[in-house]
Amino acid sequence: MTSALAAQFLQMILVLALAPALTGLTRKAKARLQRRIGPPVLQPYRDLRRLFGKEVVLADNSSWLIRVAPYLIFAASWVAAALVPTFKTGLLFSWAGDLIAIVALLGAARFVQVIAALDIGTSFGGIGASREIMIASLAEPAMIMVVFTVALVARSTQLSTIAAFMVAHGGLRVSLAMALVALIIVALAENARIPVDNPSTHLEVTMVHEAMVLEYSGRHLAMIEWAASLKLLLYISMIACIFFPFGLVTEGAGFPAHATSLAIYLLKVMVASLLLATLETVIAKMRVFRVPNLLGIALMLGLLGTLLLFVSEGM
Amino acid sequence: MTIVLALVAGLLSVSALSLVFVRLRAASAVVYGACCAISLALFAVTFLSIGRPSAEIVLPLGLPWLGAHFRLDPLAAAFLAIINFGAASASFYAIGYGRHEAQPARVLPSYPVFLAAMNLVIVAADAYSFLFAWEIMSLASWALVMARHREEKTAHAAFVYLIMASFGTFALLFAFGLLSGPHGDYAFEAIRTHQLSPALAGLVLALAVIGAGSKAGLVPLHVWLPLAHPAAPSHVSALMSGVMTKVAIYAFIRIAFDLMGPPAWWWSLPALLLGGTTAAIGVLYALMETDLKRVLAYSTIENVGIIFIAAGLALAFKASGFTGAAALALTAALFHGLNHMFFKSALFFGAGAVIGATGEQNMERLGGLIRRMPISSAAFLCASMAISALPPFNGFASEWLIFQSILISPQLPQMGLKLLVPVIGVLLALAAALAAACFARAFGATYLGRARTNEAAHAVEADRWSLAAMLVCGALCLVAGIFPGIIIDWLQPVATALVAGHMPPQATVPWLSIVPVSASRSSYNGLLLFGFVAASASLAAFAVHRFASRKVRRAPFWDCGYPDLGVVAQYSATSLAQPIRRVFATVVFAAHDQIEMPPPADRRPATLRRFLRDPIWDFMYAPIATAVGTSAALLNHIQFLTIRRYLSFVVIALVVLLVVLALWG
Repeated sequence: MTSALAAQFLQMILVLALAPALTGLTRKAKARLQRRIGPPVLQPYRDLRRLFGKEVVLADNSSWLIRVAPYLIFAASWVAAALVPTFKTGLLFSWAGDLIAIVALLGAARFVQVIAALDIGTSFGGIGASREIMIASLAEPAMIMVVFTVALVARSTQLSTIAAFMVAHGGLRVSLAMALVALIIVALAENARIPVDNPSTHLEVTMVHEAMVLEYSGRHLAMIEWAASLKLLLYISMIACIFFPFGLVTEGAGFPAHATSLAIYLLKVMVASLLLATLETVIAKMRVFRVPNLLGIALMLGLLGTLLLFVSEGM
Repeated sequence: MTIVLALVAGLLSVSALSLVFVRLRAASAVVYGACCAISLALFAVTFLSIGRPSAEIVLPLGLPWLGAHFRLDPLAAAFLAIINFGAASASFYAIGYGRHEAQPARVLPSYPVFLAAMNLVIVAADAYSFLFAWEIMSLASWALVMARHREEKTAHAAFVYLIMASFGTFALLFAFGLLSGPHGDYAFEAIRTHQLSPALAGLVLALAVIGAGSKAGLVPLHVWLPLAHPAAPSHVSALMSGVMTKVAIYAFIRIAFDLMGPPAWWWSLPALLLGGTTAAIGVLYALMETDLKRVLAYSTIENVGIIFIAAGLALAFKASGFTGAAALALTAALFHGLNHMFFKSALFFGAGAVIGATGEQNMERLGGLIRRMPISSAAFLCASMAISALPPFNGFASEWLIFQSILISPQLPQMGLKLLVPVIGVLLALAAALAAACFARAFGATYLGRARTNEAAHAVEADRWSLAAMLVCGALCLVAGIFPGIIIDWLQPVATALVAGHMPPQATVPWLSIVPVSASRSSYNGLLLFGFVAASASLAAFAVHRFASRKVRRAPFWDCGYPDLGVVAQYSATSLAQPIRRVFATVVFAAHDQIEMPPPADRRPATLRRFLRDPIWDFMYAPIATAVGTSAALLNHIQFLTIRRYLSFVVIALVVLLVVLALWG
């Protein structure tokens, strides 16, 4: 019990500490691919520190909502991230929320972010909010269908159980391949990455996420940025533990096994970050009304995967 | 049982007394106070009696050879508890809100009758009393809709409602006629013993879906609902949306799960198909709407769809003998019904408070109310998050259970269901995501941003009674989401009675988690998630304020350096829905925008026109209305004929009848 509690605690600290480095690494890799030098990998930590030290500038007409929202968004993303196995299955609190609950927790964070963007009544907040709800209204069903596919294969919606199942009986399945493609598309959309949104611009008419957070400053902005990198890490951990579960340790393994699996996890995150940087370098951003087509593909793939499993059951 | 009937009689006598004392100033508070007390008592009685054996009473009323049968079984007790809690909170809200009523005499007498009729529908145990109470319920609610008859559109709304309500009762009448067989055994006890042939069962099922579905608001029978629910005073809207739709769902469950006998698998098809369509289309309609109360009414349609999906799954499981899964789906349906009562009541109360404060229910003319009405906006926010199925609120818990029952359904052997259920799953997920969009939009346009009109800028918070009712319903959304296990356990007698199965007991699960099938398969703990989010949010806030900076400076908003000063320049409800309108509604509603930009030097303003068509109204109802109108105009000709023509008609009719008789013999 104590060791399991310690493992859960360690996992919460690990995702929190690792998330800014992931953002920094992705930025660095992207810059190198574009023949720029780019900021150091540890720059996001410095940014966070600087932002935490600054005062908050609040709009005259803002309500309590915009002051509470950063902490709620951060907390929901952090809790969701802590429920995804990183290097160890059988997390102590994994039964508190299954995969559907994790998706819904992120949905709750998004809901708060959307209404907080409308709090002041600026046009940028509105544009970001309206596009975010459009993207979410397709990305969430697609994600639920991915969850269905995975859950039907593993016969559980518990992420720890799914990961353990995939370690033991993982193999190539058509439905899982469809789910993987769908999940990657959803992850790109949910994390506001190219081709859905551009995380590195502030003055572009097509922006979504950055438009919603325009009015935040100081510590509030720091919480939002941290929550965004936590969410990116969450999706990478989720893809890793469902589709690439090798190296996960289970309950009761010794210290060396834990160290190796932690190293493997870090390696997986690095590879994912480099792949993301490459993807963002080689493809262009889509027009905002092309995004539904992309997400529609994800939804269809998720549905096809689920249908395949429904039909093949009992045959 | 006798207590329930006595309390219902109490409601009726409140109505009679209110007729006498309606002119008194205190009449409104007294009537609503009495209704609240009686409903609370009914709630307490039925809440506790759900696990007890059924009780039946036959009163010498109604048809002389039949009597009026009343019966309190677990299903009736569950629905009575839901209904009476909703009724009690609406009555409590109305103690304060009723003061806004210009003509209380139009509301007060019908209100207790409405409550009593809903109770009687649930306890009725023969077709005659059921239909009688059903009609009284329709008529009383119709009278309440007509309370503000001088307002534009109210008469139209009430007219459409009356037609649809009569049509629905007509269908139910035939359904019960077929159920009671050739000898006219109208008591439910006798109906249960009848065996239906498949063709007859299909017919009864279709009639039950039409009859109950038209009252519940199933697409395409929903047209009256978004007209009638918002037209009534807000506490009545809350009752009609949150409670009366549950009576209709009760009628469907009573007929399909109880009276018709053991189901065949295809009985689930209409519920699943119509439920899925209703859920997705209902919320899309809501997203296109700018009237706050109509948004809520359309979202009721969506939630009815969700409940029908769960009921359909339960039927399918029951037909194939998966009793545990059937119990799960049925519990999910009832749980969602209960949750919908909580959050829809809170939302309509919030809308009523907005209307009371500003006299405005068009979201395009509101905004910024979170600063003027902090408490009611918090309750509205709670309920919005609950209806959007976000954890840790109750809407998520019940939709999670429905998702879990969908995940069991590959075991169903029928290929038709195997192909249909995943699609229903997509529709359900789509409805949940669009509901979140819809309520982010509704809350944002109404309570956030800058006030768009003078009325909104000077709104005042609602009275204490209304606030208390709102806060209780909003808080219960959270409580039911944190402790879903208690409600699941409470609903188990219903599942045992109707599908002969039950879910694993939740009270013994450690840490108040819920485990629908088995712990290795899935579990959810709202309490822990809520605790984690609350703890980490406060921890983060504390750490940041303690170790980093806590300074705040107020300044004009930034808006990327281009602050638009006009209030109308901010995003409105319509513009917030524009991307969704473009993605979804171009297909469903043939939505398009027409932009007219005059050339330079032309001084006309630029215009943007929005076009939407309601396909169901245009392709289903408009042709019927036109046909009725045309035939009435044709028949109108025979109203003004000479006496000779009329006499010749009589002769012709006689001759035709004689010829028919001759040929018959």
